[in-house]
Amino acid sequence: MIAPLLTVIGLYKKFGDHAVLCGVDLVIPRGSIVCVLGRSGAGKSVLLKCLAGLFTPDAGEIRFEGQMGQDFPKHCGYLFQANALFDSLTAFENIALPLEQTTRLRVSEIKEAVMAALKNLGLEKFADYFPAQLSGGMQKRLALARVLVTRPAVVLFDEPTAGLDPLASNAVFSMIREYREQFDFTAVVVTHDVAEALAAGDRLALLENGRIRFEGTPAKFAGADDSLVRSFVDGPGVSRMTK
Amino acid sequence: MTNLVRTVGRRSLAVVAGLGDFADFVVRAFTAIGHARQLRKGVARAIHQQGVHCLLVITVVSLFSGLVLGLQGYYVLARFGSAGLLGTFVSLTLTRELAPVLATLMIVGQAGSAIAAEIGIYRYSEQIDALTTMAIDPLGYLITPRLLAALLVFPILTTVFVLVGTFGGYLSGCSLLGLDSGVYWSNVQSAVRFVDVRECLLKALVFGIVAIAICCHSGFTAHRRTGASGSRAVSISTTRAVVFSSIATLAADYVITSFLV
Repeated sequence: MIAPLLTVIGLYKKFGDHAVLCGVDLVIPRGSIVCVLGRSGAGKSVLLKCLAGLFTPDAGEIRFEGQMGQDFPKHCGYLFQANALFDSLTAFENIALPLEQTTRLRVSEIKEAVMAALKNLGLEKFADYFPAQLSGGMQKRLALARVLVTRPAVVLFDEPTAGLDPLASNAVFSMIREYREQFDFTAVVVTHDVAEALAAGDRLALLENGRIRFEGTPAKFAGADDSLVRSFVDGPGVSRMTK
Repeated sequence: MTNLVRTVGRRSLAVVAGLGDFADFVVRAFTAIGHARQLRKGVARAIHQQGVHCLLVITVVSLFSGLVLGLQGYYVLARFGSAGLLGTFVSLTLTRELAPVLATLMIVGQAGSAIAAEIGIYRYSEQIDALTTMAIDPLGYLITPRLLAALLVFPILTTVFVLVGTFGGYLSGCSLLGLDSGVYWSNVQSAVRFVDVRECLLKALVFGIVAIAICCHSGFTAHRRTGASGSRAVSISTTRAVVFSSIATLAADYVITSFLV
């Protein structure tokens, strides 16, 4: 059993009278890709934002390497669904920003790190481009480069394939696997894409009514008897992919 | 009746909570000076946005204000046989009152609205959340440089307003209406005392901080606008920024004037 990097215990979060997370328990093993599935409005993004420190949970614990602490978000990077790139900064400046603002690296060291990140993600020719001048896939890679340049232990992906066609979705998940190997991070991926999650995830969790209804390996997920899991596994997109 | 009391109570509480939130926002933005990185770069960019971009509009408005003051002042003073006091009238009106207020209103219209819209778009495109996830304090990165720039820009542009406005008064009073220029400038020199300049600069500083803080806060909290979202919320935030900062400027003007007069 791989030691858990992240342990979520009894996480509660409500907005007004509407409880979105009602006691989420989840273990994220070190170095794994954990895909969180669920219906729209199930609370997947809220869970991710609680992990990133964007929302403060009403109750529950998030333990990083077994320790409770406020500074866990410093160890994680967050890839937003719409990338959240700084539209008035160039690709180079977007990646340089977290290094300039959170480290004491010299200008030459920052330049070196940024150029390496751009090269790693195949964007070295686009350093002076603004995000709006890049394609959707390139923007996604730029956002990932900005996340990875600070070498986070955990990268949280919020619907990385939303609005993409199956080929592009496949490319994004391949990218996550490839860079996971290269940069040695742990990934938590919120997605609707069951087929890609089954193919790329090390573990899958199904969120329903604010709780984790199923958690296990892709093989267990694919063979589970649970009616909701079956409705996900037997969905049209998955059937097509498996055929 | 009960409903009325309840509504008034709810609204009053909301106003108090809003003021508390604003005060907390300003205090946190200023305390971020201690840990914000590359502050000089941010302040320089903000000075460019608030100062350089507004210089032309300030020059034009101050010139026309001075021209109008010169014209109106000349004919009013001439009724009492005191047209020679035009220099005193124009310079004191501008220094003590018009320059700080009009300069602030112009900067709010030009730069304040842009600040509110820009920060509102940052909010809606999740760029502020992105800063938080990168462990960058959004207040230190976005707000603190703009407030520090306001401390510098508003007194400078107000001074420009006074100088150009006084020159406008000279143009209409002396060049157009034939008042002796020596009389005009000697009146300007003898009328404006240190306390007038101090009042002018104090007002410029206070108005600058209040107006820019309101514009920044309005954009930063664009996502809290009830009944609106996205571009509509940004548009409402921009309007609120201009309206509230203009009202706050005039209210602060009354308070400061009543203490200093």
